[in-house]
Amino acid sequence: MLLRLTPTLIVTLLVGPILAGLAMALLPAFGYLPALGGESLSLAPWRELLAQPGLARSTGLSLAVGLVTTAVSLAAVLLFLAGAAGTRLDRWLRRAVSPLLSLPHAAAAFGLAFLIAPSGLIARLLSPGLTGWERPPDLVILQDPWGLSLMAGLILKEIPFLLLMSLAALPQLDAPRRVAMARSLGYRPTIAWLKTVAPALYPLIRLPVYAVIAFATSVVDVALILGPTLPPTLAVAVLEWFNDPDLSMRFLAAAGAVLQLGVTLAALALWWALECLVRRLGKRWLVNGARVRGDRLLRLAGRGILLANTLAAGLGLVGLALASLAGFWRFPAALPDPFTLQHWQRALPTLGGPVTTTLLIAVAATLPALVLALAALENEQRGARRPAQGRLRSALTLLYLPLIVPQIAFLFGLVVLLEGLGLRARLGLVIFAHLLFVLPYVFLSLAEAYRRLDPRWARLALSLGHSPAGVFWRVRLPMLLAPLLTAAAVGLAVSIGQYLPTLLPGAGRVATVTTEAVALAGGGNGRVIGVWALVQAALPLLGFIVALGLPRLLWSNRRGLRGTP
Amino acid sequence: MNTPTVLRLEQVRIALAGRLLVEVDAEIGPGEVLTLMGPSGVGKSTLLAFIAGFLDPAFAAGGRVSLAGRELTTLPAEARRVGLLFQDPLLFPHLSVAGNLRFGMPRREADKRARIDQALAEVGLAGFGERDPATLSGGQQARVALLRLLLSRPAAALLDEPFSRLDRALRGETRRLVFARLAEAGLPCLLVTHDHEDAEAAGGPVIILE
Repeated sequence: MLLRLTPTLIVTLLVGPILAGLAMALLPAFGYLPALGGESLSLAPWRELLAQPGLARSTGLSLAVGLVTTAVSLAAVLLFLAGAAGTRLDRWLRRAVSPLLSLPHAAAAFGLAFLIAPSGLIARLLSPGLTGWERPPDLVILQDPWGLSLMAGLILKEIPFLLLMSLAALPQLDAPRRVAMARSLGYRPTIAWLKTVAPALYPLIRLPVYAVIAFATSVVDVALILGPTLPPTLAVAVLEWFNDPDLSMRFLAAAGAVLQLGVTLAALALWWALECLVRRLGKRWLVNGARVRGDRLLRLAGRGILLANTLAAGLGLVGLALASLAGFWRFPAALPDPFTLQHWQRALPTLGGPVTTTLLIAVAATLPALVLALAALENEQRGARRPAQGRLRSALTLLYLPLIVPQIAFLFGLVVLLEGLGLRARLGLVIFAHLLFVLPYVFLSLAEAYRRLDPRWARLALSLGHSPAGVFWRVRLPMLLAPLLTAAAVGLAVSIGQYLPTLLPGAGRVATVTTEAVALAGGGNGRVIGVWALVQAALPLLGFIVALGLPRLLWSNRRGLRGTP
Repeated sequence: MNTPTVLRLEQVRIALAGRLLVEVDAEIGPGEVLTLMGPSGVGKSTLLAFIAGFLDPAFAAGGRVSLAGRELTTLPAEARRVGLLFQDPLLFPHLSVAGNLRFGMPRREADKRARIDQALAEVGLAGFGERDPATLSGGQQARVALLRLLLSRPAAALLDEPFSRLDRALRGETRRLVFARLAEAGLPCLLVTHDHEDAEAAGGPVIILE
């Protein structure tokens, strides 16, 4: 039966292109690419790569950005969860997670740039009162050589991601009882959580943490907006070489892509070593009996970082909106004067095409992802009698592969491969590349709800004479409508935000709001950037509004189905 | 139907990892209730899952189960015509009360609507058809679950502690209704419980597992 083949199909679909792509990056990296005259294996590309000025710095930057971003994001999430006490602020911060997650990386990065730039919103609000600045200060804040603004831009998005992953894992741990037990032994609440819940939570969110490391070491769009330029991070350098009109640079780019894979693997290895160290040191700390000191500080730190993060993302969007409506905006003035719609009016004719393309790609990638995810999960439910199940289910951990292998490392090779095969269906290739990243998120988003649905519903329906297919269409699907729509919204959001998987397979000729917005980064016309980044931010949000609203509308008369996210 | 609906368990044995959990040999006639009693964890619910066709593959089961002369163990769950009542009423939250009843009825039944209205009226729920099941009280939900089972025209019923979630006052009343209606329908019933009052009210033979 077709259903039974879906796990295999999914794994092949995800693993095949990645392996092929990696292979096709490895071969040119060692000089073999007959299409460009590379007939024999050689180390020339590597010699050329090592001779590139600033390579060591690029490599070091990528490594540092990956590790620092992950460490700060994880620490902030753990501290926040430890200190969260169900106050109104805590609930508000939690609710902000989903919209923050739907915000594309590029839009968040632009928002941050508009916030912290020397002429940004923060400097305006503080000037001239606190700073005495009458003109934008001559400070390098954006694209600083240390990559600090890049890290900040990534942390902005990775905190909500890790927080959501943790919130999904927490119900298994019965955290309130653990904390209550520790508190009855005299531990302050935050310390109690960190000592009794955090050690059990970490293994459950390890894969998402690794995905953050991989993403942050190899990100391109955020690095183009906030990252240093001379030299840029490694992934950006590789992209520049790849896009060079001189095609012989492809060999250099391939070597760079392989190096990027190595950097990401090195970051993962370093993190793993760090895990071992923390585990060893933590063992003593867990049972050293300290239970009171530092509680307040830790709690304030967690809440403080999360609040700052949420506000930064929100204010960044406000900054984008102001910029997009600004006529004349003298420096220390907090608001532009006058406001004008002319940037929007001027952008409107050029927005239509990319918006349509973006939505077309997003829908075309999300629908097959939903079908595949549903088929795999349905197969899992029906297959309780087949012993091969355990193996296939663990094979589905391979879903994380596209999230852990750096995009530039395998997309590069995939493009080389497809060009070699003479494939010209640009839009089709882009949709397929998006599917590689949409499918894992759709599956992960849906799996939780699907597996948690009480098995007695299906048994009951079967015992009433309905076939397994009937149970799927008439019981599971309607009962899981809300999580299904959320998964669809997640898929759309993931697709809308993709930069490299649009740029590379599309050969730069498929224009989406994301590629257009990022392309504006170099130009520095803040008003136009504001328009495009806002449009980019708004599209995924629409999906989530529909996903939340539709079940309420359809099930307005069914209390048992309302309020289930 | 020519063969009387008798549920026959012949040397049914269920084991987990080599350890024998349940061993039953019994015959339940039409309208009769066999009660299985015992502490939790002895495999009472496992036996019900085996009969209904949902046994987890981790268990090893042997023996024959036949209903009205049909061998059940080789049939898929949906073809066994064995109705279930759980601790929770489990009314489908996306369907109305009438929708839940209709969901269980055989496809080509005539006059579905009239039968549903009549069935609801018989248990004091006249006019509840279009209600959202989540707005019903616990006792009302239990009655709808019973009706759904009866209207699906099963050949036998399996009850898995169906009264344990109801409060005391409601329990006796619901119990009387359930057993009266099951007997009236002439269904062989297997009841699993650890409440002695359930066993007494059922009035049939009792097997105690330990």
